[in-house]
Amino acid sequence: MTLLTLSGIRKSFGAVDVLHGVDLSVAAGEVVGLVGDNGAGKSTLMKTITGIYRADAGEIRLDGNDILHLDPGQRREIGIEMIYQDLSLAKQQDVASNIFLGREPVKKAFGFIPGIVDKARMDREAATMIQRLGAHLPSINRAVGSFSGGQQQTVAIARALTFNPKLVIMDEPTAALAVREVQSVLDLIRRLKSEGIAVILISHRLNDVLAVTDRIVVLRHGRAAANLETAKTNMNEVVACIVGGNDMAAAAAHEQQG
Amino acid sequence: MAATAPPGAWSRAQRTAVERFHVRLESLVVLLALAAAMSILSPFFLSVSNFLNILLATSTIGVLAIAATFVIGSGGLDLSLGSVMGLSGVAGAFVAVNLGMPSAFGVLACILTGALCGYVNGQIVTRAFVPAFIVTLGMLGIARGLALVISGGRVIYGLPEWLLYLGQGRPWGIPVPVIIFVVTAIVAHCVLAYTRFGRHTLALGDSEGAARAAGIRVERQRRILYTLSGGLAGLAGMLFMARINSGDPTAGLNYELTAITAAIIGGTNLFGGRGSILGTMIGALIMGVLQNGLNLLAVQSYYQQMAIGAVLILAVFIDQYQLRKETRT
Repeated sequence: MTLLTLSGIRKSFGAVDVLHGVDLSVAAGEVVGLVGDNGAGKSTLMKTITGIYRADAGEIRLDGNDILHLDPGQRREIGIEMIYQDLSLAKQQDVASNIFLGREPVKKAFGFIPGIVDKARMDREAATMIQRLGAHLPSINRAVGSFSGGQQQTVAIARALTFNPKLVIMDEPTAALAVREVQSVLDLIRRLKSEGIAVILISHRLNDVLAVTDRIVVLRHGRAAANLETAKTNMNEVVACIVGGNDMAAAAAHEQQG
Repeated sequence: MAATAPPGAWSRAQRTAVERFHVRLESLVVLLALAAAMSILSPFFLSVSNFLNILLATSTIGVLAIAATFVIGSGGLDLSLGSVMGLSGVAGAFVAVNLGMPSAFGVLACILTGALCGYVNGQIVTRAFVPAFIVTLGMLGIARGLALVISGGRVIYGLPEWLLYLGQGRPWGIPVPVIIFVVTAIVAHCVLAYTRFGRHTLALGDSEGAARAAGIRVERQRRILYTLSGGLAGLAGMLFMARINSGDPTAGLNYELTAITAAIIGGTNLFGGRGSILGTMIGALIMGVLQNGLNLLAVQSYYQQMAIGAVLILAVFIDQYQLRKETRT
């Protein structure tokens, strides 16, 4: 069952064309790897899915419904979450404030003043979520800026998962992590898949991508240059698609070593 | 992690206990120390009437400082506070005196004039992408000039009685401006600390990217904040006008300096992301006590201006120093 369909997505910034009509589809519970060189348009493409950027042309459908006109908040509400490479955390705010940012539960204070944020409930649910991820944070009430990179990543992941998403986009989630933390992110992706949540994984670490995805889409010069089934492909083929033929042997050999 | 609590021996637990009320500990200590020093230096300082005097003098600055807290907390800046306050007072006096309209219209004119200036600021900042520093600096000039144009450069005297009451009335011995100020502060505190609007304001100042990614309509939020800031400047203008019984086109000159200083002393991060009205109120009281004390000690007002400037720089220094220690970048 197809969850997300992109067709003919175009995006340019001034005179620079970044995306030249990208087609992509993701099924429910499918893990799709999105790879490509720097500047291939991976992050731009993902931001058109979350609504941070508005596509110049093309169509985006979730569960068959056109979502192109929705703003980022509305797209989160229908189940599209993204974990950004820079994590996009409000670093002076605490864990719960970040996880619930934009979706704070409200209550009536003293039974009649409406619109008061229910911070106790936020803290409680944030703590549960962090626990479910099996992570340890020094304190849930501290500014997230005082945490380590891995801990901050945990908060960003918790934020993406708290509201039962249908699709989670991860932009280089393992780039800045220690070896053991990388494994736990990969485990998490497998767990999401088993729960029927689709994942788009952007990564330069092809070993991670090959290990965890069902399908690999290669973006080159703003187009989906290849669509490979992970089980039937290998490092060489993926690298060849990324660099586009030339210097393929050398690049592949290098990746194989790494 | 080692307890790195700067000055003195405050433990993290003690610190959080106080900061639960969104107040920076140091500012409270400074306020109490300052008050203690003043009561030793001047026999007139410690009295109920002087206390009310301080509150009365703080009410105008305090309302402006509330505006500054919201805007700076959101990562913005409003340098036009003082000028807009002056323009609003003139507009209110013009409506109530020159046009002879009822007092309520005078009040409305003050607040709407301020809100309109803020609305214009917000529109230009979010739609024309001119930095807030420049837009509000421009508005500082425009509003002041407009105030002089409307009033013909003269003070507008003779407010109607009801309007006068808002500035000089004393129900139960408490000046009306103080009551309006305190109520405004309480409402503003709750809005900033406990509503989604307030939390989004601080998140926006913390990281615009994070706010945008979270689905917060960033531009809309900013436009509302600048309009709110202008409206509060209008309220301050009304309070001042009613207190001095006239629309003075030079009212509020350099008040943005004191208001922003009060907000920063109160723990508002100059670059956004952190701030509380309770803290700002302590900051405003520090400025009020400082000015009042220097007055009682018969220090020339020129030196007071210098003192305020020095306090602003010192407050930002301490803030930045602590921030560097506490957060990783």
